[in-house]
Amino acid sequence: MSYVIIGNGVASVGAIEGIRKVDTKTPILVVSEEDTPTYGRPLISYFLAGKIGLDRVSLRPDEFYEKNNVEVKLNTRVAAIDKAAKTITTEADEVIEYKELLLATGGVPFMPPIKGIDGSGVYNFTTLAHAHELLDLSKRIHRVVVVGGGLIGLKAAEALRYNGLSTAIVELGSRVLSAAFDDVAGNLVAQRLEEKGITICCGTTVEEILRTEQGEVIGVRLANGQKLACEAVVVAIGVVPSLNLAKDAGIAVNRGIKVDDNMCTSAEGVYAAGDVAEAPDMIAEEARVTPIWPNAFSQGYHAGLNMASEEASPHPGGLPMNAISFYGLPTASLGHVNPNEDEDCEVFTELDEENGTYRKLIFRNEKLIGYVLVGEVDFAGLYTGFIRFGLDLTPDVKEELIAGQPSALLWPEEEFDTKWTPAAE
Amino acid sequence: MRRVYPNKDVCIGCHICEVACLTAHSASQDVVIAAKEEVASGLQPCKAVYDKGQISVALSCRHCDNPSCVSACISGALYKDQETGRTCYNEEQCVGCWSCLMACPYGAVRRNVTKGKIIKCDLCEGRDIPACVEACPNNALVYESR
Repeated sequence: MSYVIIGNGVASVGAIEGIRKVDTKTPILVVSEEDTPTYGRPLISYFLAGKIGLDRVSLRPDEFYEKNNVEVKLNTRVAAIDKAAKTITTEADEVIEYKELLLATGGVPFMPPIKGIDGSGVYNFTTLAHAHELLDLSKRIHRVVVVGGGLIGLKAAEALRYNGLSTAIVELGSRVLSAAFDDVAGNLVAQRLEEKGITICCGTTVEEILRTEQGEVIGVRLANGQKLACEAVVVAIGVVPSLNLAKDAGIAVNRGIKVDDNMCTSAEGVYAAGDVAEAPDMIAEEARVTPIWPNAFSQGYHAGLNMASEEASPHPGGLPMNAISFYGLPTASLGHVNPNEDEDCEVFTELDEENGTYRKLIFRNEKLIGYVLVGEVDFAGLYTGFIRFGLDLTPDVKEELIAGQPSALLWPEEEFDTKWTPAAE
Repeated sequence: MRRVYPNKDVCIGCHICEVACLTAHSASQDVVIAAKEEVASGLQPCKAVYDKGQISVALSCRHCDNPSCVSACISGALYKDQETGRTCYNEEQCVGCWSCLMACPYGAVRRNVTKGKIIKCDLCEGRDIPACVEACPNNALVYESR
């Protein structure tokens, strides 16, 4: 009997590597509705922009599955899970027994109820197949509107602009990148995109996708009354966890599939990881869906360790982080970056308008809990250490961080001695 | 597996390890050409010396068992070699997204701005002992299993 993994994204890859760390023998079966072996999903924007070819989108070498004794069933949808019988049933009615099961089903793009959204000319941007569609489309059209100013929307817009399209972004919030950034950082990025010819409309939303009588998209009408002409619309408002399989199987769900520190769901022998999982957070004292790449890999990895081992390997907890560049402007944000006033946080910011750089550090209870960096990201990891390990800050150390001089020598000595350099045996 | 471990109690912050690293990773393998010419065209060492008052330490990739950089890598450029335990880097695959640089809590991944790719310690592929360890004048860097 095999380990079975539903989904073939990065959580799935993490799980394969986690399982194989412990159990090198038991076969693994991966069931994926996509038609390609695993790829670096964020690379679809690099591919669409023409920065890399298809030969570089693979996340692991071609021999990865064979070497790890993994069978992959592509183009296969799972219809049901029977947690009592420990089986899954595919849509082709194949019944597969599992030893342990991982749900790494990810999310699907959220499609808001906009008038005229049904029909041709409306796209998403979360899979390689979508990137192929948009690449093909960009040869035929001239104007596109992207709905959503989050990371996916912005990267879609940038890539489409690289293909020469006249591109506009419509974002309901007051700024782009509202989740990961603050106003200043969001504006710096928006400025860069506008310099490159992308139109950004914040604080409004698409009320209607306008079509000809034959149903072809000719533009959008915004809530502020403005009309934008376009031949296609890309909806990138966010992704919602693919919960149906779990829900139908009677596995506990909230916003995502509920898991504990060990990535176990409410059903024995069933685990969940990645964008579909609602897991304990490292900083917030609650469970959250943290749909970001590193989290998906590490949750998958720990799920894999726990699927294969009797000994529990708890995940350290979700930590939101995003590193992403826009037209060469690097940015990084990590941890808790937009605290409310009642949260008793101390916030330090430094904006250098001339050089287009911005640094924001968020402290709470004499610890660093988040940062945003725009333009200058070289010290990102050194800040991350303080957050990731929850290191206590003395006033001197805090001052050094504020001065922009983070260093491992600022760690409390015993932390440095145990974490950086374990003692000689 | 053997890793490079720094000892800040005896490190004098001489930066010789950086120079050795630079030369070992240079095309010319010549210290002068590496430091004068190749640095100008983007060659950088994989390690960095940090100072705080009288204390110094030379740090580079720890080759963690479960590395945050591999979790964060979107392109498959960073991966664990199951056999050697090393955290490997395939520069060809790197797209310069800087996710690993952000995720590594040890700050051990660096940015090569010229190439638009990252740099990190490869434990001197092809050498028995990494160049930095060999060059260190007072055993402030050791290469051993712990």
